[in-house]
Amino acid sequence: MKLSRKEVQHIALLARLGLSEAEIEKFRIQLSDILENFEILKQLDTTDVPPTAQSIALQNVLRPDEAKSSYPIQDILANAPRREGNSFKVRAVLE
Amino acid sequence: MNDLHQLTISQAHQLLKERKISAVELTKASLAHLAKVENKVRACIHICEDIALDQAKEADKAIGGGKIKPLAGIPALIKDVICTRGIKTTCSSKILENFVPPYDATVTEKLKATNAIILGKTNMDEFAMGSSTENSAFFSTRNPWDLDRVPGGSSGGSAVAVAADEAIYALGSDTGGSIRQPAGFCSVVGLKPTYGRVSRYGLVAFASSLDQIGPITKDVADCALVLNVIAGHDPQDSTSSPNPVPDYTKSLKADIKNLRIGIPKEYFVEGMQPEVRDSIEAAIKKLQELGAKVDREVSLPLTKYALAVYYIIAPSEASANLARYDGVKYGFSYRDTTNMWEAMEKTKQFGFGAEVKRRIMLGTYALSAGYYDAYYLKAQKVRTLIIREFKDAFKKYDVLVTPTSPTVPFKLGEKLDDPIQMYLSDVCTLPINIAGLPAISIPAGFAGGLPIGLQIIGKPFDEETMLHIAFAYEQATDWHKRKPPI
Repeated sequence: MKLSRKEVQHIALLARLGLSEAEIEKFRIQLSDILENFEILKQLDTTDVPPTAQSIALQNVLRPDEAKSSYPIQDILANAPRREGNSFKVRAVLE
Repeated sequence: MNDLHQLTISQAHQLLKERKISAVELTKASLAHLAKVENKVRACIHICEDIALDQAKEADKAIGGGKIKPLAGIPALIKDVICTRGIKTTCSSKILENFVPPYDATVTEKLKATNAIILGKTNMDEFAMGSSTENSAFFSTRNPWDLDRVPGGSSGGSAVAVAADEAIYALGSDTGGSIRQPAGFCSVVGLKPTYGRVSRYGLVAFASSLDQIGPITKDVADCALVLNVIAGHDPQDSTSSPNPVPDYTKSLKADIKNLRIGIPKEYFVEGMQPEVRDSIEAAIKKLQELGAKVDREVSLPLTKYALAVYYIIAPSEASANLARYDGVKYGFSYRDTTNMWEAMEKTKQFGFGAEVKRRIMLGTYALSAGYYDAYYLKAQKVRTLIIREFKDAFKKYDVLVTPTSPTVPFKLGEKLDDPIQMYLSDVCTLPINIAGLPAISIPAGFAGGLPIGLQIIGKPFDEETMLHIAFAYEQATDWHKRKPPI
């Protein structure tokens, strides 16, 4: 099944992934080819088959609600692209 | 004493214990050899000589104090997808080119606690997405058996580091075959544990339900030694298993009489090279000679659906896991805008490589409204069927044996234009991650000087039987003693 340009742009928007014009076209073709390979799954009857999210059967792994020390602020901010005082500096979210 | 870099963990441990060598000597020997061969193979992203030598001095003190643990004083290299505190961890991506983790992965902590020596970080396919290490944003790693060929991926750097004796052992990670396939391509041992056996805390996430860290070593005994240290429950990884860790070295026995081995037909795929087929056939014969009960009439008909299942589930999980690289708290951050969304979009546009983008797109699509049922949910249901199929097979067999890869290592550049061709090099390894099973690749021969690997698949949390059969085969053959011509 062939993806349209618009669909590729929509996916990129959902992923917040910027793409150049060349990339949009390249991925349009490559993704379409890859998606065709997924059609094979239609051959299998999966009525009443439960989905598996992960293979180890653990559920609700909890820990007691105890406060523990966290990392020093300076360590966490050390990789910050932009910082101000003890905060990450970000662009305006709301105009 | 020359050639210390060629030692195995077992051999080095013995010499360290007997005080015939020191950790500092061993570390210097590995570093010296690394310096000699590294410009040919380019396995390493980052080498931390000073830190390694400091660790070696500490190790010598600890060893001098009387008690020596199996990995103490022995140099290792770690795939750059595993966090090492204070040491750059890039995942071979521009988006993390200067990222220095403020914490150690649990496996890193475990190695440090046992006085292991960390020489540095190895090259990989960007964010572990790839089968050749050609997707590294920085440079390609070369196979020491033929420098024009790929080492496999995504743990190519780690596999090469061990094959070329740059370190005594290495750590890799495996989501669809990324430890086993490069181990097979480089003629070393690579083990992917049962999902949940080794903590994923500090492993930069690609596909959270498939990822596992594992050892890459020169022989099976070394593999058991490393697994002993890195396996175990971790409260910081809610998917880590509470199952107790056995002593895997107790599985290293040469007698495999009457163990039941199944050879699933579907793994002998159409594109399989005749030379690979010949080596695998010879290996199967050897297992029969050693007394195992080998059944060739095993069929796992769902095998052909595993590629689609994997290439829906893994990219879907990746699209969620990689959303965090938005340039806000760490990593590359696009500067030339005041708009928040543009900043995020361009950060990813310029920070991620093509394969990463491709998989994020695939995953986002498979999870999006209108397509989730047809793709992601369907894939998860087929996943259940695949798990059931393996479970049924393991009622009749102790392990399954297959080729690790249908081909010998291919040439650099050969599969770069066709993503699907590249994906096909993992057909033998992918189903195992989907089912969360343990599997190991061991050297099984050469074709024209190029390595061929044999894969042994075990039941969940039965790394023991897998190691047992791997050890028996290895001891009856010589492949693991051959060194590459560099």
